[in-house]
Amino acid sequence: MGKIGIVIHREYFTRVRKKSFIIMTFLMPLLFIALILGTFSLSLIKDGKAKIVVVVDETDLYFDILKSSDQFQFIKATDEFKDFRNHSDESIYATVVISDDLLENPSAIALYSHKQVTNDLIRTINNCLNDYLTDRKIASYDISGLKQIIEDSKASINMQTIKLDESGKENKSSAAIASVIGLIFTFVIYMFIFIYGAMVMQGVLEEKTNRIVEVMISSIKPFDLMMGKIIGIGLVGLTQFFLWVFMILSVFIVCGLFLLPPSPQVLSEVAGQQAASVAVEPSMFQNAYQSLTTINFPEIILCFIVFFIGGYMIYASLFAAIGAMVNSQEDTQQYIMPITVLVLFALYTGIYSIENPNGPLAFWASMIPFTSPIVMMTRLPFDVPFWEKLLSIVLLYATTILLVKCSSKIYRIGILMYGKKPSVKEILKWLKY
Amino acid sequence: MYFLETKEITKQFTAHLALDKVDIRVPEAKIFGLLGPNGAGKTTLLRIINRITAPDSGEVLLNGRPLASQDIFDIGYLPEERGLYKKMKVGDQCVYLARLKGLSAIEAKKRLTGWFEKFDILSWWNKKLEELSKGMQQKVQFVVTVIHDPQLLIFDEPFSGFDPVNAELLKNEIMELKRQGKTIIFSTHNMASVEEICDEIALINHSRVVLDGNINEIKSHYKTNTFKVQVANDDLELDAETGSVISKENHAYAPCFRIQKAQSLTNSGFLSALLKNNEIISFQEEIPSMHDIFIQTVQQP
Repeated sequence: MGKIGIVIHREYFTRVRKKSFIIMTFLMPLLFIALILGTFSLSLIKDGKAKIVVVVDETDLYFDILKSSDQFQFIKATDEFKDFRNHSDESIYATVVISDDLLENPSAIALYSHKQVTNDLIRTINNCLNDYLTDRKIASYDISGLKQIIEDSKASINMQTIKLDESGKENKSSAAIASVIGLIFTFVIYMFIFIYGAMVMQGVLEEKTNRIVEVMISSIKPFDLMMGKIIGIGLVGLTQFFLWVFMILSVFIVCGLFLLPPSPQVLSEVAGQQAASVAVEPSMFQNAYQSLTTINFPEIILCFIVFFIGGYMIYASLFAAIGAMVNSQEDTQQYIMPITVLVLFALYTGIYSIENPNGPLAFWASMIPFTSPIVMMTRLPFDVPFWEKLLSIVLLYATTILLVKCSSKIYRIGILMYGKKPSVKEILKWLKY
Repeated sequence: MYFLETKEITKQFTAHLALDKVDIRVPEAKIFGLLGPNGAGKTTLLRIINRITAPDSGEVLLNGRPLASQDIFDIGYLPEERGLYKKMKVGDQCVYLARLKGLSAIEAKKRLTGWFEKFDILSWWNKKLEELSKGMQQKVQFVVTVIHDPQLLIFDEPFSGFDPVNAELLKNEIMELKRQGKTIIFSTHNMASVEEICDEIALINHSRVVLDGNINEIKSHYKTNTFKVQVANDDLELDAETGSVISKENHAYAPCFRIQKAQSLTNSGFLSALLKNNEIISFQEEIPSMHDIFIQTVQQP
């Protein structure tokens, strides 16, 4: 085993054997689920008290239409409320003023408030009044049964999206599921690049502040030391990823065994015996499960690994250079800033690309090497053309090689520099060495 | 031929010249002391010999040929700023560092066990480094430096941070390494240790070698031909051709004279001239200490 191998071995095993790594690997997925469920359930909790909305109805037609809910309580204005403009009663949330018959004059309604009102209130008032006014309009035509006719004429379709594979076999697909899968991979790659990239910086900084680096550099080339560290930590990331894939896969298979309907053959046999039984409506869960099976996970995971390695190498080498440049943890902030902005930009581009995974923003962002590993993850479940993937990977790895070279130059000199922080000019000079 | 030589090594840092055409010559199986005040450029020179930094010009010769990258396997370097992984177990990190120096894992473990037993620190094997005191860490670091049995050892301020007992232990180890035929270069401010163990020295001041050579030759070069003589009688009889009295100290028991010897006389000639007329109790040449030579050289304008 070469020297890089020895370094990789140390970097990998000291981290994988840490209790924190083992705990995090098994707790993270649970934490993630808890976080999602937690925010979801929190968003369901309503405000405790209903907000008071005063209705100043000069036509006396509409007050009864506005139904109070547990969020808003509509009260009829007494004489003292007429002068609502000068009223500053904190307990009154908003005032609705209706000055004319809304059928004849639709803009004769206004909502006054001291604070910006929520969309919720506007929607509540709109819905109540629109339904009522529609009914009244229909009634004004004076055609018997018209309401029923209109009700019947409302069409509602429930389109299934079906993906064809090469052999023409039909697969039920779901854009929603694809988006979710894309988002999950986007988040995971973002997290991995950032967390493990920062870990490289920590490691470099530790060696520098410990001053062990002088002992190291007298036995190994700086480039080997840096690459060994980057690769070793990258492998820790991949290990964690595979453990998660394995865990999710086991959950998936176990769920599939217990919760899925039996396969079609079994189903038809059962149907034959019990012809009278009611048609089995596939549940939402089963639909989702079926859609999941249409996504090409092996390909996505393979791409994840390829893009993770490229993206991680780019950012990790930048982080290594930063760790070598500075003298203490506090000094790292100003150098990390640009990287953070770049990674966050990639993350948000990825999230917005969900809406239009093959649009120009998504396309270009998945070509630019600094953002491509993250944005490409969003696009993958939507079947990116092969040439795009290939081009993106080539660009990514070309940049990776270039950046690793530059970073190793900065690293080589920075790692032995103590004392003052180097200026940008000096760093550029180091690159020319 | 010298074991290690540097030829006109020059190193320029942004604002100052760290080394200016530095030549040192280190004979094989000797202890070479690199002396100099703080900031003189000692550590920079040691780093260049270790190939940690490259000189701007000049070269390092090992056994007459230019130092190559694989030669670092044959160098053990103890840096001035000691450092090991704080969170790593002592044994594990010694094995790791030994493997980086080219030993196999098994060989590294075997040798380390030997050293740890010798230093009576085998019980530290599974301790984290941060649990050890600074002096204990220094011992570990010394073991790491010598573990791959290199021919050339470079110690940057080896005695700093050691208590007298451990400093003695370390000194004995260094002497032992010399007996085994290793060549040792060490930098220090501790002049007492220089007198005790160094064979050759180079004194660097303001980026230049201002004094170098065999320590005894240097000392005799700095001799001032002054002698301390105690005689039984109250006064000393001395003719002008023999020398002149510089000062006289009256001790309770016998007076002690500092005498400047005449240039033309040898020590024996001088002594026999004195013997003629005086009853001599003690006779001693004043040999300057390295401490005096250091200060005298460094403070020269």
